[in-house]
Amino acid sequence: MEIRNCVFALILCHAAFVSCAVGLGRNPPTERISGSAGDVLEDDPVGRLKVFVYELPSKYNKKILQKDQRCLNHMFAAEIYMHRFLLSSPVRTLNPAEADWFYTPVYTTCDLTPNGLPLPFKSPRMMRSAIQLISSNWPYWNRTEGADHFFVVPHDFGACFHYQEEKAIERGILTMLRRATLVQTFGQRNHVCLKEGSITVPPYAPPQKMQSHLIPEKTPRAIFVYFRGLFYDVGNDPEGGYYARGARAAVWENFKDNPLFDISTEHPTTYYEDMQRAVFCLCPLGWAPWSPRLVEAVVFGCIPVIIADDIVLPFADAIPWEEIGVFVDEKDVPNLDTILTSIPPETILRKQRLLANPSMKQAMLFPQPAQPGDAFHQVLNGLARKLPHDKSIYLAPGQKVLNWTAGPVGDLKPW
Amino acid sequence: MMKLSALQQSYLNRRPGSFRGAAPLDSSADGAIKSPAAVFWLVLHGLCCLISLVLGFRFSRLVFFFIFSTSVTTNTNHFMAPFRQLATTTASDVAFNLPSNPASGGGVGDAALNRTRVVVGRHGIRIRPWPHPDPIEVMKAHQIIERVQMEQRNQFGVKNPRTVIAVTPTYVRTFQTLHLTGVVHSLMLVPYDVVWIVVEAGGVTNETAAIISKSGVKTIHIGVDEKMPNTWEGRHKLEAKMRLRALRVVRDKKLEGIVMFADDSNMHSIELFDEIQSVNWFGAVSIGILAHSGGAEELSSFATVEKEVEEKEKKQAIPVQGPACNESSKLAGWHTFDPQPYEGNNAIFIDDRATVLPMKLEWAGFVLNSRLLWKDNEDKPHWVRDLDSVVDGDDIESPLSLLKDSSMVEPLGSCGKQVLLWWLRVEARTDSKFPAGWIIDPPLEITVPSKRTPWPDAPPELPSDNEKAVNNMEESQPIVKHTKTRSSRSKRRSKRKHEPKTVVDTKEQSEQN
Repeated sequence: MEIRNCVFALILCHAAFVSCAVGLGRNPPTERISGSAGDVLEDDPVGRLKVFVYELPSKYNKKILQKDQRCLNHMFAAEIYMHRFLLSSPVRTLNPAEADWFYTPVYTTCDLTPNGLPLPFKSPRMMRSAIQLISSNWPYWNRTEGADHFFVVPHDFGACFHYQEEKAIERGILTMLRRATLVQTFGQRNHVCLKEGSITVPPYAPPQKMQSHLIPEKTPRAIFVYFRGLFYDVGNDPEGGYYARGARAAVWENFKDNPLFDISTEHPTTYYEDMQRAVFCLCPLGWAPWSPRLVEAVVFGCIPVIIADDIVLPFADAIPWEEIGVFVDEKDVPNLDTILTSIPPETILRKQRLLANPSMKQAMLFPQPAQPGDAFHQVLNGLARKLPHDKSIYLAPGQKVLNWTAGPVGDLKPW
Repeated sequence: MMKLSALQQSYLNRRPGSFRGAAPLDSSADGAIKSPAAVFWLVLHGLCCLISLVLGFRFSRLVFFFIFSTSVTTNTNHFMAPFRQLATTTASDVAFNLPSNPASGGGVGDAALNRTRVVVGRHGIRIRPWPHPDPIEVMKAHQIIERVQMEQRNQFGVKNPRTVIAVTPTYVRTFQTLHLTGVVHSLMLVPYDVVWIVVEAGGVTNETAAIISKSGVKTIHIGVDEKMPNTWEGRHKLEAKMRLRALRVVRDKKLEGIVMFADDSNMHSIELFDEIQSVNWFGAVSIGILAHSGGAEELSSFATVEKEVEEKEKKQAIPVQGPACNESSKLAGWHTFDPQPYEGNNAIFIDDRATVLPMKLEWAGFVLNSRLLWKDNEDKPHWVRDLDSVVDGDDIESPLSLLKDSSMVEPLGSCGKQVLLWWLRVEARTDSKFPAGWIIDPPLEITVPSKRTPWPDAPPELPSDNEKAVNNMEESQPIVKHTKTRSSRSKRRSKRKHEPKTVVDTKEQSEQN
């Protein structure tokens, strides 16, 4: 694993050098972005893969959405929009025999509390029921036990289907999904809930709303560090130290009276406008390491300061996050001001140029209707890069690798 | 179903640890075998539960926190508050909280999983020993911000910025420092090159020179021998003459740039300087007129007199002077100042306590390309009069007189919709005395409570009797030191003279009372 990481880093550096050289040659205020997989942000997936969308009964998708329309606007809406996108995309094929990837449209993150938070308790059963359906009605699941299938699981800890980290780790990834490719928002290195080969996507942020709050680019950026959100989750973690592993609380305690840090728990109406007037935007972890703040920071040109140890950011192979954002270890939070002021101005300007690249902003968004280079296309690019499938995923008829009865007893109840 | 919903209820509250299982322990392979280790843990568990019952908080958490938590570099008194009893703690809840790596404990199947170095569970909140801003860091951050803003200006701001030539007529009086310092600060913030032409009535003086030298911009200080008259009308006329004098200097020295008129008591926004960069030959911006008078009586008289709603609204709205556009964003006319509502109520002499009215169109609302003034300039448009043709005796009310065709004026600031500067005229009594340079040196020793200060023992005095107060003030003028009861004695920063009859006066009163 360590060697792998080293190689990763080496490739990243090399790619960075290349992109640097190319970028400095011209003179626009943006720079080309290329990550470890090369300059792939603008690739077109059409023609490189074929996706077959299973026709599930509407109780798995449409009926759930009808029950609660809020699912279209919260940060887990990617699963719904992905489905809609694939239905009308040119990569879709109606002939499963020629498909490279199979998609199962099941909305597991749409069972919302009155406050709007999704409850993941029925999700394992829902998923299990869907997989039982597709495995009995089509032969393609049994052929590979799901190795050429992909699922969108945007919940807090992905396919571990729980919002509490300890519980999620205990459950682990749902047994039946252990061979499939997971498209999820959660990403943390060496974590049970991130499996090898998953595609990390950004959480959903409403593109229209963000576009409508743009201010003229010449407005000078006068705020040094900006953050709005909770520091202590008094309802669930009154003692402090659990929420965000104490990192957010540390930010507050160390910098609450620092004029450079515009941080508070308010919900101002000018939140988006303020981000466009800030140089750095903090993106610390919460209960889970990811948050829509990253998307907002990228769209508004504010350099994201990511405080989450070992986090895996969206499309990490296509986007060189090390060059775009600032990574701060959780243990270094008390020295955050020193870290940020010691970044040389040229580096800051470079990061801003990278952020200004329109393909970067497009890659973080889920616009309707889909546009080239957006997050949908990045997911398809990621899937295309995993092709061709290795021969070993095809199982002999009757051969079973996954244990269908593993997991907590509650999961086995039919949905 | 019932049980499930009960479970759900508690999950809804996301109580961490309320269902922390003996699960990790049970799910391991040999649950049935009662090894000594298992018995030991059970006993310890029971003990911890008992202690928790007695003490009223989760004792084991404390223990494990101190044993297992990573580098606690903070002062522990930060954590004294947290150990309150959680409502859902019951004896059956396992107080056992292993904040260690759960991957090893509950890992079903994947034995080869690496240990994550990120530990789940309770962490300390790290606070450094002096959690306050470090001045060096603050300076560095400001330099970074400056650099970022410079880059922004280069990319999105004005390409090829031109020099701003500011023309300011001034004369020595009580409020000169106040007004002129405002202009100094505005000009210091302008991100372009500035040439400041200061024309002084009554000849060049050292006071004025001292103030303008603090600005750090290139200044041209000219004196005009005439003394400033005591009436507003006379002042307007003389100021126009002074401005023309400055324009002649621009012409003679062939200064290159954009000429704008920065009257010393006006307030300029920085967007003004950005906006005027886009002028071609002759432009006009909108000015907001702050024409209210100095006296509290004036305002109260407005309130008490019964007037119709429309008239009241008219008085409330701030008049704006500037270009008016039609639908196609072309200059259609002018919004000028209407003196009608203030008829009979306006100030004649400079220190009158009445509304000071601006002229129909103030000079400050116009900007022009300095090349307009140059002699023998072929690029000059034909609709501009030559500066020499404007004789001193003429009544020059506004720079529009310099033009033969005033329809060629360019409206700036989104066609006059943006108010980019504010016009105000405030002056002290002509006989008011103030220390030279606003510095009392050596500092005063004697403190006498002024009549207006609410001294603790003195009976409260009504501030209505102005005349008597004025007389008192004039007698004791040189030695009165203003003390506010609430501020500390050592604060000597405001050595303001007690100006009896000005705008500032009433404001001071209300501050103290």
